[in-house]
Amino acid sequence: MRTVARLAKYGSLVLASMIVLIPLVVVLFASFKTHEEYARSGPLTPPESWLHLDNFATAWTGGDMLRGFGNTTLILVVSLAGTVLVGTLAAYAISRFVFPFKRLILGLFLVAALVPGVTTQVATYQIVKSMGLVNTPWSAIVLFMGTDIISIYIFIQFMQSIPPSLDQAAMIDGASRFTVYRRIILPLMRPAIATVVIIKGIAIYNEFYIPFLYMRSPGLNVISTALFRFKGPYGAQWETIAACTMIVIIPTVVVFLLLQRFIYNGITAGATK
Amino acid sequence: MTRRPWLYVAPALILLITFTYVPVGAMVFYSFHKWDGLDVTMEPAGFGNYVRVLTDERYWRVFMISLYYLAASFAQIAIALYFAVVLSFRTRFRNLFKGILFFPYLLNGVAVGFVFLYLFQPDGTLDTVLRLIGLGDHTRQWLGDPDIANISLAGTSVWRFTGLNFVLFLGAIQSIPGDVYEAAEIDGANRWHQFRHIIVPGIRRIISLSFILAISGSLSVFEIPFIMTGGANGTRTFVVQAYETAFQFRQIGLASAMAVVLLLLVLLITGVQRRILPDEEVTLS
Repeated sequence: MRTVARLAKYGSLVLASMIVLIPLVVVLFASFKTHEEYARSGPLTPPESWLHLDNFATAWTGGDMLRGFGNTTLILVVSLAGTVLVGTLAAYAISRFVFPFKRLILGLFLVAALVPGVTTQVATYQIVKSMGLVNTPWSAIVLFMGTDIISIYIFIQFMQSIPPSLDQAAMIDGASRFTVYRRIILPLMRPAIATVVIIKGIAIYNEFYIPFLYMRSPGLNVISTALFRFKGPYGAQWETIAACTMIVIIPTVVVFLLLQRFIYNGITAGATK
Repeated sequence: MTRRPWLYVAPALILLITFTYVPVGAMVFYSFHKWDGLDVTMEPAGFGNYVRVLTDERYWRVFMISLYYLAASFAQIAIALYFAVVLSFRTRFRNLFKGILFFPYLLNGVAVGFVFLYLFQPDGTLDTVLRLIGLGDHTRQWLGDPDIANISLAGTSVWRFTGLNFVLFLGAIQSIPGDVYEAAEIDGANRWHQFRHIIVPGIRRIISLSFILAISGSLSVFEIPFIMTGGANGTRTFVVQAYETAFQFRQIGLASAMAVVLLLLVLLITGVQRRILPDEEVTLS
């Protein structure tokens, strides 16, 4: 009985792992095959040579992936810095100051978290357009900064665990409120900042709808839209599409392997809010 | 001096109002008008747009497509719960299995779309595997056949999102103190008893939260059908339809009415959830 249960347990785990991995592995196989080899061999057959990198070269230049990564990096860095700055400042005010309408402001942040972003784009588009930001990277940057409520929550919760006596001691020594924020609160917030940077960074790297909608010109492709638009001209050449897909996936694999523990913690902290 | 805190909240507040509350307000306003998004004047339309969304078959039918994704997300929760429970007990290669099961959730949506386009191709991976295990008669046009296309897409969604539910469940199970199990074992409880009386009550909150997210998530499915089929072969979801109405047919009023209906549904569902499960953990200010 025990062995049957063990067999079922490991059997189901191995089966699930295969269901996760096979779709990815076959794409990896395809990305190393020549056009002729791809036509001749089945999808489950490994490539004849793992050193055949032509598809990657074609995908890299044909998809203008360098530009895609450049744009993604720019948007990633600016909007992450913005989110951290705006979010920690707001959290500092909310958890350390007494002022009127504080509960109302908190309520506004809370209710906004319930509004799914995809539903309001019809109207958001008109606003971004009236600001003249359509077809600039700033459209994505302000939207990533402005629609992020969960990180403010993570910051507030973390800040509440920092004892206020620290601030008070510093203020008795003559520090201003801003010095307290800059010199005491911000350095202590590092774990929360790391969490926000990781989960939000992954979300921005993967975001498709916002760049697709707001950054239509090919020079503004981020990696999602570069990959999406790559398919058109290379429609029938699956081996190059596979290589382009792999180019997008590989950074995620590397980040996941390096930051596993932080990612699990961040996901758990972000989703249960 | 009293103006100080406002300086700190102002940036966040301005962004919040500009990109969340103003659009919601504008959307409600547009929904009562006929507008192409370019004209300087808008034509009032009363409830005309809403009547159309709720009575024209083309618009309300797409709601039915959500049912495929809803069914899929229930399967997803069940699968995630099973593996979370299995991996909460001692298991060889635990971290490896955990990583593999979770990993798809991190992947880029467009990449996932392409991986599955490749998988579902005629004579592609799925067909090859089916032939290999002797089910060769069951191959079909996985994305071309309107009877099956939505199931294929919903399956892709399960592949992509199970990892999230799984990690959330696993985290919740592991936050149950270990000595509770020990006590139960001394009292003669077997694995099933432990699951039924310790694990389930311990993670009830996260499970019901997952159901709520499943409902609002399946109402707002966009990426997978948009990337993989573009809404062809009967796979158009509500958000894909709203996108086309707004940005291809330039019927901003009608698209806004669709979005308002969707938003009200999501808020209603979340409201019901808050009623059933009042927030215990989050204590602010």
